[in-house]
Amino acid sequence: MTTASDIVSTAEAEICRPWLRHILPHAGWTALAYASVAEQWILLAHWADTAQAHALFLDPAALTVVPVSTPIENGCYPALSPFLPGAAWYERMIHDLWGHAAEGGTDARPWLDHGTWPHARPMATRPEARSAGEPPLLAGAGQDGAMILPHGPIWGRLDEAAHLRLTLDGPTIQRAEALLGFTHKGTLTLMRGKSPRAAARFAARLSADATVAHSVAFAQATESAMDIGAPPRAAALRIVMMEVERIAAHLDNLAEVGRLADAQTVRTRCGLLRETLLQASETAFGHRLMMDCVVPGGVATDIAEGGPEVILRALGAIASQLESVRRLHDGAVLSSRLSGLGRTGAQLAASLGVGGVVGRASGRAFDVRSLLSLGYGTLTPRLAVRTNGDAAARQHLRIFEIEESLRLVSLALDALPDGPVTVALPHVSGEGIACAESVRGDVWHWLRLDHGQIAAAFPRDPGWALWPLAERVLENAAADDADIIRASFALPASGMDL
Amino acid sequence: MTRTPQTGGGPPNPGESIDPDGSVDPETTESLSARLEAAAQTRLGRSLAIRHVNTGSCNGCELELRALSNVLYDLERFGLRFVESPRHADVLLVTGPLTRNLRTALEQAWDATPDPKWVVAVGDCAVDGGVFKGSYAVLGGTGLSIPVDLTISGCPPPPARILAGLRSLLEANART
Ligand code: SF4
Repeated sequence: MTTASDIVSTAEAEICRPWLRHILPHAGWTALAYASVAEQWILLAHWADTAQAHALFLDPAALTVVPVSTPIENGCYPALSPFLPGAAWYERMIHDLWGHAAEGGTDARPWLDHGTWPHARPMATRPEARSAGEPPLLAGAGQDGAMILPHGPIWGRLDEAAHLRLTLDGPTIQRAEALLGFTHKGTLTLMRGKSPRAAARFAARLSADATVAHSVAFAQATESAMDIGAPPRAAALRIVMMEVERIAAHLDNLAEVGRLADAQTVRTRCGLLRETLLQASETAFGHRLMMDCVVPGGVATDIAEGGPEVILRALGAIASQLESVRRLHDGAVLSSRLSGLGRTGAQLAASLGVGGVVGRASGRAFDVRSLLSLGYGTLTPRLAVRTNGDAAARQHLRIFEIEESLRLVSLALDALPDGPVTVALPHVSGEGIACAESVRGDVWHWLRLDHGQIAAAFPRDPGWALWPLAERVLENAAADDADIIRASFALPASGMDL
Repeated sequence: MTRTPQTGGGPPNPGESIDPDGSVDPETTESLSARLEAAAQTRLGRSLAIRHVNTGSCNGCELELRALSNVLYDLERFGLRFVESPRHADVLLVTGPLTRNLRTALEQAWDATPDPKWVVAVGDCAVDGGVFKGSYAVLGGTGLSIPVDLTISGCPPPPARILAGLRSLLEANART
């Protein structure tokens, strides 16, 4: 039998750093999709440009990343979704943005395109003008007399704009369907034709609580494409920022889930600790969320004088309270509320490539920081995994990861190398891929440069894997638990709406 | 931005007042908030219910709005609170560039909110589209669809600035 690796290694390749991108004919592309299931390869991302469809796989056995492409012929390419169900949303996105049809795909309904844009297929060589008309907004009516509970896109809860439709059978959710794309901002076209420095502002605004992670992956993809590296001091500062971001976002999630579970002490304490850390970030890096602080070629500015001390002081406050936060999670209120709640199946999580806390709480030992190193070098982040797959396991992992990030930040600040924090960017052409471990899991950025300018780019937010899993998990859950399950998944919208 | 003075002596104690701009000055903050609290209650005599509407945000503005409810900024002591239902709202607080895909939802939210109502556009995106101006998928700021009473700029605006804006609204509201 031909293995997935055989199919890839015999194909011609284009230079893409650090992983060659192999070009497969349609038959080879389909054969790879078929073989990837048997070999448990994971589909990390799927996107297109005007001439080709692209897919990014992870070979977990060899721990290598495999980018592949297939040509678009007569507006079509063979669908991956019959083999890899997680590909369906990507195929719908590709159709809406480029107009390419996934032949044999499992779902051809629109995704990002709600009928409101002035053009159909806005990223195609020739977008198609569309007559203006009022878009059909989501109908609330249910089929077969079933009770439908529509949520969003506007929740009135300081939340992301997404639509979740729950079909109820009494108090139980029978079916959950997510409709996204509301926050589609045309990010990919805005990035096109810009210098990497200018385009980085859009990478930083894909998803705010992962702004540093997205910025780092975008910057490193640019640097890979240019075959350069950020200076050591910048690399170390990026790690500090990524870990500070992780701590702040985990604290935010603990506070939010605590609020929904009526654990006010957790909410208050974690909310305040997070605030202390954001103020320290502002002092050290000039921005509370560290937005735009990481740029291709390095970091925007050096850490402020006295910045390390301010950060360490905030971390000290968090460290001193973490044990009590953990005890509160073991206490009666939270453990009885969260145990068994929103349980994820290990197999589904793995096949969808769900990473982050949600993946690790369902037994998937995947964290790109430790697996692909990425400049962490001797810091070696420790990885914790649980197998319960419930909300309690997720919150406990968040606490563990805060503790681990506290350690990593202190180590990185302790050994901060001297030297410059940026390098000049050459005006070259090339292609690069990079990833970073965000608070929700692995983010991946691919981009192609043409004489120093972005010709094409695609960012893969963890939401692409999280939402399909959340839909399944919500099924059979109690309708009253939907909010807290969603919160414990930390479901994003903006990052995958593009 | 002033740098935090190195006062030494360990981590800040949760519950201790910290000036939103970063410098720790518990006494000033305490007396200021007491004064404001009194002002909010006696002079204005009423509170404002705020409903959040996301028209395409990157979620950065929401993160800072969430910070407003922590004990440090404690929105509620000023008589400001977030509500989920448009029927109970006095204020629509809008974040994000107005995407074409959310325009109808924003207009429906506006229609569902009883008069008199205020509209506050929070963040550079809601003010005028921010960095997303000019995209095929974005119309621009909130004002392109519904009338805006107050804009609070920043990307995202820090909680202290959002709070200052909302307090000015509270005072204006008391005069109407
Ligand atoms: S103003 Fe900035 S933080 Fe707020 S939604 Fe826009 S990009 Fe995000």
